[in-house]
Amino acid sequence: MTADAPVIEVRVVLPVHLRTLARVGSEVRVKVPGGELTQRRLLDAVEAEFPVLLGTMRDRKTGKRRPLVRFYACEEDLSNEPPDEPLPATVAAAIATGREPFLVVGAMAGG
Amino acid sequence: MTQVRVLAGTRKGAFVLTSDGKREKWSVSGPHFGGWEIYHLKGSPVNPNRIYASQSTGWFGQLIQRSDDGGLSWQPVGNDFSYAGGDPGTHSWYDDTPHPWVFTRIWHLEPSPTDPETVYAGGEDAALYKSVDGGTSWSELTGLRTHPTNHTWPPGGGGLCLHTIILQEPRIYAAISSVGTLRSDDGGETFRMVNHGLVSDGIPDPDAEVGHCVHHVEAHPSRPDTLFMQKHWDVMRSDDGGENWTEISGNLPTDFGFPIAVHPHEPETIYVVPITSDSMHYPPDGQLRVYRSRAGGNEWEPLTTGLPQRDCYVNVLRDAMAVDTLDSAGIYFGTTGGQVYVSADSGDTWDAIVHDLPAVLSVEVQVLP
Repeated sequence: MTADAPVIEVRVVLPVHLRTLARVGSEVRVKVPGGELTQRRLLDAVEAEFPVLLGTMRDRKTGKRRPLVRFYACEEDLSNEPPDEPLPATVAAAIATGREPFLVVGAMAGG
Repeated sequence: MTQVRVLAGTRKGAFVLTSDGKREKWSVSGPHFGGWEIYHLKGSPVNPNRIYASQSTGWFGQLIQRSDDGGLSWQPVGNDFSYAGGDPGTHSWYDDTPHPWVFTRIWHLEPSPTDPETVYAGGEDAALYKSVDGGTSWSELTGLRTHPTNHTWPPGGGGLCLHTIILQEPRIYAAISSVGTLRSDDGGETFRMVNHGLVSDGIPDPDAEVGHCVHHVEAHPSRPDTLFMQKHWDVMRSDDGGENWTEISGNLPTDFGFPIAVHPHEPETIYVVPITSDSMHYPPDGQLRVYRSRAGGNEWEPLTTGLPQRDCYVNVLRDAMAVDTLDSAGIYFGTTGGQVYVSADSGDTWDAIVHDLPAVLSVEVQVLP
């Protein structure tokens, strides 16, 4: 990451309960500081923009994804990708250009 | 005009039920936080429009909501319920193996009787938290969870939950399933077990200090040393601040159950809802009966007027019974079938306020001037 790298604006789709909590519509745009696009940096940006979401997607202490929350983009399941690894190049390009959103999804389980 | 406000937490949201002092006609507001489990809501005794709610799901974890206008609008506040002091270690699991301490949810919120900004929260896995800024930030009162026996604490069927908090500052009682009752005499700095007299056949040493599945404890404000307990099995009382307990199940048809309540004006009048057994969580014979003792236990009478007396197989959970403070005392309870019942005459007769809510997890009531 370099300090002068351009900020990336990313589209993020939240599940309905988190939209209600953050008082936003189906899609939000967040600014990720310039550099490699990783899952952690993207989610940090979401939480920075919407602090009420702290702890709802990731454990506050460990930073681990909550078990019943999934992360998708470009029809790929990124949930178990290492959070500090750069997103796959094609996915990162699609997200960084705004062509595709990053999806936060409540898992199809329970309820 | 006097207004009565019932706060019902359910499996799929919160509901606010309001009436005048007659408690005959009700308005229903909700669901608030639809789709979320609301284990408990409770208003501040000194500012009734300040209400705290525990909101959680398995998907998105724990949130605390706060209202400053009696439940008309809500604001999410703090949800950082970290265990203090680093790695909390392990407690005992169902199979007796060590199990890591994991925060799951807040079961009970207890606002301070003197300060609307101060509120206590009981968590699963068992921990006691305190906020002095209206729920914005939380600190664990570690004297409870770090009790020397904590590695032996097993969860009850619902988890290792701290479900009862009684504030008699500086004294605090906390009850945990399936551990027992603990008492602090120093504002929560230190806790000790107060379970002498409890007998639980389901544990290796039936009268052990630790391991009792306490379901709920209540005290009347005018008699702080007298405690009433609904245990997994057995209804119990203590008249010395929990130092010694005696059984008061008496002539109950079954002494299994979850809630227990104390009449607001008669400290020896108590209420329970007998449930068939630990595996059959419904009333005996399909008859929903509240039992009242006017003698502080042992002698119980069934209260049935207005309650279903056939084909009723609901449960009443531990925090789902409450009393109001009107002259003609109101008794309230909610069921897993989604009914909330009210009696405006101390339990003699009952009416359903609502029939078809999601499963009711908790009921609290406020009387507003």
